[in-house]
Amino acid sequence: MPLIDVSGLERTFVVRRRAGFVRRTRSEVRAVHDLTFSVETGEMVGYIGPNGAGKSTTIKMLTGILVPTAGSLRVAGLDPSRQRTQLAQRIGVVFGQRTTLWWDLPLRDSFELLRKIYRIPDARYRENLDRFVELLDLGDQLDTPVRQLSLGQRMRGDITAALLHDPEILYLDEPTIGLDVVSKGRLREFLRALNAERSTTLLLTTHDLQDIEALCDRVIVIDHGTSVYDGSLGGLHAQGGSSRTLVVDLVDEGPPIDVPGAWVRKVEGPRQWLSFPTEASAAPVVAAVAAAYDVADLSIQEPDIEDVIRDLYSRGA
Amino acid sequence: MAETSTTPASARSWHPVARYGDMARLWVRAELSYPASFAMLVVGSMLINALDFAGIAIMFSSIDSLGGFGLREIALLYGATGVGIGIADTLIGSVERIGEFIRTGRLDQMLTKPVPLLVQVCSDRFTLRRLGRITQAGVVMAWALPVVDWTPSRVLVAVLMVLSSSALFFGLFVLFSCVQFWTSDASEFANAFTYGGNTLTQYPLTVFPRELAIALTVVLPIAFVNWYPCLYLLGRSDPFGFPAWLQFCSPLAASVVVAAALLVWRTGVRRYTSTGS
Repeated sequence: MPLIDVSGLERTFVVRRRAGFVRRTRSEVRAVHDLTFSVETGEMVGYIGPNGAGKSTTIKMLTGILVPTAGSLRVAGLDPSRQRTQLAQRIGVVFGQRTTLWWDLPLRDSFELLRKIYRIPDARYRENLDRFVELLDLGDQLDTPVRQLSLGQRMRGDITAALLHDPEILYLDEPTIGLDVVSKGRLREFLRALNAERSTTLLLTTHDLQDIEALCDRVIVIDHGTSVYDGSLGGLHAQGGSSRTLVVDLVDEGPPIDVPGAWVRKVEGPRQWLSFPTEASAAPVVAAVAAAYDVADLSIQEPDIEDVIRDLYSRGA
Repeated sequence: MAETSTTPASARSWHPVARYGDMARLWVRAELSYPASFAMLVVGSMLINALDFAGIAIMFSSIDSLGGFGLREIALLYGATGVGIGIADTLIGSVERIGEFIRTGRLDQMLTKPVPLLVQVCSDRFTLRRLGRITQAGVVMAWALPVVDWTPSRVLVAVLMVLSSSALFFGLFVLFSCVQFWTSDASEFANAFTYGGNTLTQYPLTVFPRELAIALTVVLPIAFVNWYPCLYLLGRSDPFGFPAWLQFCSPLAASVVVAAALLVWRTGVRRYTSTGS
């Protein structure tokens, strides 16, 4: 049985709007509609979608905070909303923009409290703390009040806090938001190591597609409450029907290049941009161009994943 | 239910209480990390509380009795309700911020932790500052003690009075804070009943109309906080002619209110998880 098993999941909200002084209109909004997917142990899944697509509603249902309106839902074999406290022992949750750490106290105090809250055996706690502190380079910050930590340090603290009790699943909501490039890189590296060492399953919601590219073998794209794509990152490129680009620098300015299997998108002096389908090989196109023209330089640009996703969203709408 | 840990059942049932202690301790340490601010707030709170009873005492410089009760007798009523609300406020006062927890998303975070939600909510921002109120009410009550002609059964009733009074206010705090599960910004609503109830019970009920005395017995039973047990302690017959057995009913009234509060709390949490707002 998959670790996370979601089938026909449905969630509607009742929205009351004022219409006049006392009168209110009642309308139903479907935040999640007929959502089905499953995640196996050890997967790293990117869960992406535009604002209001139903991402946080899904996460809330997966963690037991919100009861589904319909459909079936199992996480680690448990019914999240009914067995919320039991499930809590087995999952870790990081909300990128809210900290769970004790603001005025050293990082160590927050960790100690979690040891008691999750009843982590002493030896295990020490082992985990040492490991995460080392991997996340938090050694010097353990005795610093959280309010004095940088955003990156605090995020690393929050992630440690979510992992001390050895959760099988880690939910990360925008974990790299507001971090600089170095901090982002270090965090991604840590998450990869965590997954490799402990096969912790990762479910990541983010707007930062580099997070996805660096971490996730699989992406689920959600729009208007339902999954519009579920598969590998590479497959997402093909899905979008987008094209790769061959940038050709000719020795001299000339008319648009004419070769089979590609078409010119743009000409700027001696530089020309040719598009060809993503699934086609670049070799024959390059060969044809090189054979027929005086080429000074060549380069290939992969399609931008953001374009692909934007395309998916607009098709869903 | 398959509990994976091998913790004995007795340790499990103490888990929430022990975690309450852990979280409260951390909040106190956090508070003490700003020592100057803490000291000023303690002094301020003591001054305000001291002035509170002084008002009643000054009133007695021009009258001998209020509603048929002397100053020390009123001090007994005042102390009993003050200690009760003080203990309840110290232990669970944060429950009135439930609306804020909902709005800021902190409630969601708490829901992902394996400790009962009520324990997490109540221990939040635990502060020793509130001890000022208990101390002041305790001093006033201690000063009033000689007015009672003590017997073993009166000692028992007095102890039960303080416990029931705390439990009753605990119930009222939770009960009326739960309104915020339905209308998320109504913390003042709870105050009307808790602090309002506290103010009402600082005076003998004889100063109020009979209808109010009945309402405070059967509708919102805060007369059991101090009025009925104090009648017994002072050896008085009920001025309204209500039955004497009411004077022993404080623990019962407290149990009913606490049970109702826990029920409403559960309903409120269920409403939150099923509506998401």
